[in-house]
Amino acid sequence: MGLKKYIDQKVKPQFEENGKLKSFRSLFDGFYTFMYVPNETSKVHGSHIHDAIDSKRIMSFVVIALIPCLLFGMYNVGFQHYRAIGESADFISMFLYGLAAVMPKVVVSYAVGLGIEFTVAQWKKEEIQEGFLVSGMLIPLIVPINCPLWIIAVATAFAVIFAKEVFGGTGMNIFNVALVTRAFLFFAYPTMMTGDKVWVNGEYMDCITGTVDGVSAATPLGEIASGQAVSTNVMDTITGLMPGSIGETSVIAIAIGAIILLWSGVASWKTMFSVFVGGALMAFLFKGHLSNTGNFEWWEHLTVGGFCFGAVFMATDPVTSARTEKGKYIYGFLIGCIAILVRTLNPGFPEGMMLAILLMNVFAPLIDYCVVQANINKRAKRANK
Amino acid sequence: MSLFSKENGAVFTGPLNINNPIAVQVLGICSALAVTSQLKPAIVMGLSVTVITAFANVIISLIRKTIPNRIRIIVQLVVVAALVTIVSNILKAYVYDVSVQLSVYVGLIITNCILMGRLEAFALQNGPWESFLDGVGNGLGYAVILVIVGFVRELLGSGTLLGFTIIPSSVLMENGGLYLHNGMMTMPAMALIILACVIWAHRSINDKEK
Repeated sequence: MGLKKYIDQKVKPQFEENGKLKSFRSLFDGFYTFMYVPNETSKVHGSHIHDAIDSKRIMSFVVIALIPCLLFGMYNVGFQHYRAIGESADFISMFLYGLAAVMPKVVVSYAVGLGIEFTVAQWKKEEIQEGFLVSGMLIPLIVPINCPLWIIAVATAFAVIFAKEVFGGTGMNIFNVALVTRAFLFFAYPTMMTGDKVWVNGEYMDCITGTVDGVSAATPLGEIASGQAVSTNVMDTITGLMPGSIGETSVIAIAIGAIILLWSGVASWKTMFSVFVGGALMAFLFKGHLSNTGNFEWWEHLTVGGFCFGAVFMATDPVTSARTEKGKYIYGFLIGCIAILVRTLNPGFPEGMMLAILLMNVFAPLIDYCVVQANINKRAKRANK
Repeated sequence: MSLFSKENGAVFTGPLNINNPIAVQVLGICSALAVTSQLKPAIVMGLSVTVITAFANVIISLIRKTIPNRIRIIVQLVVVAALVTIVSNILKAYVYDVSVQLSVYVGLIITNCILMGRLEAFALQNGPWESFLDGVGNGLGYAVILVIVGFVRELLGSGTLLGFTIIPSSVLMENGGLYLHNGMMTMPAMALIILACVIWAHRSINDKEK
């Protein structure tokens, strides 16, 4: 570890209290602990460590799980673009097109969010908190491709400040930060986000392709909401080759992510599973209500829109979801129910996943309280017998 | 005691800053969220509350020794209701469009906590001139916050101020620009967040002075 020794002896003192670069301490600290195991670990005796893994590594697992969605999202952006303008292109050029369209969003989201995090950490003289590693990757995946960068920057800043830092930073937030970003976009700039018309990227990248046309294509949910026939078939919704927000379209890519999350133990299968149960139940109950289109089966609700993405990556957020084991079932089940209820019963909102998860974020502590209290009562009764 | 003594000055300026009815006492929030989506109604509302608070304070202060203690709330309400009716009719007569925009919130000044608070806490114990100053100070303290919130909301929400276009329409996205108005600014939810930011700024400044 020659490099580490060099950094410890030469670079690190620069960032300490009396060093030249002390105003960048939090920045250095963040990257240092991200790359290396910190030198100071808890003492062996008297500590109550449950797990060897720290929150940076947990976050890294989620980011890894998101990569299939990101890569597929890039490909799909290119695919939809070339389909919309009626040209054929090979795989590489589709992917590169998507890469060029998506990467700026990732960079903006990370730069704004981490910038605020580093500033706050420096200001409060705390260690940098790593919660934004995941949020910063989720945000670009849940916005439509033609969403302007400055709007993403504004929404990210809003969410990080008002959904996270004012509550006390990572681990203290009531709401999922990435979803607050999307909710802000949804209510503040509804023309960008309404879901009845998520544009396929046409004009935005014309400097690269030379074609100028604003092509738009409706998402399946938008078509249902406006009473049209759904133009995508089941295979499209499962592979994900359909219009939609960048990362949410492909069930396969999300399934790979889900497997990574479950295998590494970061996400809870109880939450994930019960979201699908709740969604399926509601979709089945409101079968007659769903649409007048005929070619949209009730179970297809689970494959379109942000349902899978929300169930796998948003509902299982360890900070904002219910923490008791029984509570996870209730929490997930209600998310699934409410998401489909919003979709079917409220014509104003074609997609209900975001609202359902944010709503249940509020109720998660209550669920936990009831579960814990029920257990206490049960045991008290047993003791008094 | 002279009319413009130091104590009277403090009675007047206190509510404008360190004892602000909205930012410090957190009273009158409901109307502050409801009427501030544009600047003009916010100003009119602020002035109405100022006038009503000032004169209700004076009237109650004048009759404070004759009001039986057990029915003082009813007396206060009658006074305030009379003043609110007068102001509401004046608004309807002279600025009808604003009066329509404010709708029920002019009538609801009767229930504004700031008014009751000042009558109970100040006018019942002090003379008419001090009560007048206190009423004007509290009303203006309320109005200042309303104007700040209304300014931000109108500018970012619809790109105008007092109805004049500030952000040119050529930068809007539908005209080929890049800018979009923030629709959330026109919702009361955002007013609450802006209000919170005002309180945040106010407290951090005052804490520093301590």
